[in-house]
Amino acid sequence: MEITKQEVEKVAKLARLQVTESEVAVFTKQLSQILTHVETLKKYNTDGVQPTATVLGQVNVFRDDVVRPSLSVEQALANAPEREADGFCVPKIID
Amino acid sequence: MSLHKLTLCELQRKFTAGEVTAKEIARAYFLRIGQVEPKVKAYVTTRKEQAMIDAAALDDSLKGWRKTQPMMGMPLAIKDNLCTEGVTTTCSSRMLQNFVPPYDATVIAKLRAQGYLLLGKTNLDEFAMGSSTENSAFGPSRNPWNLQCVPGGSSGGSAAAVAADECAAALGSDTGGSIRQPAAFCGVVGLKPTYGRVSRYGLIAFASSLDQIGPITKDVADAAFLLSVIAGHDPMDSTSADVPVPDYMKALKKKDLKKLKVGIPAEFFAEGLDPEVEQAVRAAIDELKSLGGEIKEIQLPRTDAAVAVYYVIATAEASSNLARFDGVKFGLRSKDTKDLLDLYTKTRQEGFGPEVKRRIMLGTYALSSGYYDAYYGKAQAVRTLIRQDFDAAFKEVDLIVTPVTPTPAFKLGEKSEDPLQMYLSDIFTISVNLAGLPAIALPCGFSKAGLPIGLQLIGRAFQEDTLLRAAHAYEQSTQWRAKKPAIR
Repeated sequence: MEITKQEVEKVAKLARLQVTESEVAVFTKQLSQILTHVETLKKYNTDGVQPTATVLGQVNVFRDDVVRPSLSVEQALANAPEREADGFCVPKIID
Repeated sequence: MSLHKLTLCELQRKFTAGEVTAKEIARAYFLRIGQVEPKVKAYVTTRKEQAMIDAAALDDSLKGWRKTQPMMGMPLAIKDNLCTEGVTTTCSSRMLQNFVPPYDATVIAKLRAQGYLLLGKTNLDEFAMGSSTENSAFGPSRNPWNLQCVPGGSSGGSAAAVAADECAAALGSDTGGSIRQPAAFCGVVGLKPTYGRVSRYGLIAFASSLDQIGPITKDVADAAFLLSVIAGHDPMDSTSADVPVPDYMKALKKKDLKKLKVGIPAEFFAEGLDPEVEQAVRAAIDELKSLGGEIKEIQLPRTDAAVAVYYVIATAEASSNLARFDGVKFGLRSKDTKDLLDLYTKTRQEGFGPEVKRRIMLGTYALSSGYYDAYYGKAQAVRTLIRQDFDAAFKEVDLIVTPVTPTPAFKLGEKSEDPLQMYLSDIFTISVNLAGLPAIALPCGFSKAGLPIGLQLIGRAFQEDTLLRAAHAYEQSTQWRAKKPAIR
């Protein structure tokens, strides 16, 4: 499976990764190699086989909705790259 | 005898009996770390001063009435993808270089509640993605048996620290072999528990349907001891299983394999397996037989699909899990960005290394519109077939025995330019994660070059006790654990 430079650029955009020209070239080659290996899965017949998303077979795990202690505002903001008052700061989104 | 040479269980008995203080333990281990760490580079962070303070406080708390708890004063190393409150947790990534978690992972909370000593946080491949620690943003760790070789990965720092006696025991995490492969490369014991056996709360997620935390230790009894402390249901992890935790130490009392059927899958002894590894594993199988095990040939016909299935599912889950690293609430934020999108893309460009980017790209591709069914859907279906193979095998046998890796530890730089070759070296460990089963790696010999060779035992879900019993019986009937690396 060969993937194109344009596809690599599109995937990088979807993944919110800024990639350099040289990274695009390397990823195009390496992802093509890996995807070629993944293509070997075609030889397995999976008609009617249920996909596995989890091995435990759990469906929904519920708990009672009760108030419990949680992080304080200061703890939650302690790792913020930029903060203002009790919030996280980001670049302006709407003019 | 120097304290750092003791096993966790030996040290624990001494501490409980009051023959050694927590301060003496901390001092002995930091002396050892000072001697060998410049060569081994197992740790990202060591916390000498704080650990000495913790040790003094423990000793003070025991004055008068000496009431200890199992892990009290035990000097452990923790893989740096497990959140430790107040102690930097980097995932060996520039993205989290200065991240100080405001909470403990559940496994850490359990250890802390018993008064363990945190010596430091160990190196890993960035976000646990890799098989050599060469993907760490802070440089690779070294194999104590040969400093030119990799310690394996991703829990390479933890395995190297245990092998070099830089801690009494360690915790790692295993998504496709990240506990067992480094344990095998470093000649120590590594246990990947059943998916759901140990809470993943506070483990920085890589691939959530595969990740599991487990012990890396000097011997099998230590693995049983440490597992018994960290195992169990946790309401904070909805995928942790509400299954009773048996007495793992009791499982070690039977020193044979009587009435156990041991399966040998032909697919794991195929082309590509190093002759020295094959010889050591075959000799170990003979030993298991002489211990009373009934040896049976079995088939796991879909083994060769495991790597492809894994690298679709694991990367797909990773691409989603790592979307949270966007420079907004914690972690790195790129400077001088013009808008929000620019902030996201630049932060992720600067924060992630090449392997993490490659896997995010692969996972994003596999999940993207038009390719989802062909890649992700197909991989999930073949994952079911791999599980069915194990289900069929475990109708006939109680244990499956295989090599851990196709070769002993490889040289630094040997595979780092070829990601596919690196991925294919995980062939013997990956299917266990896809099936969610428990497996243990332990030493079964040495290559002519003096590198350790590992034996893998795979068990039924939630039967860690059977695994530990068989591994312990084998370990006690052999002398591999007596050999120690010279570190030079």
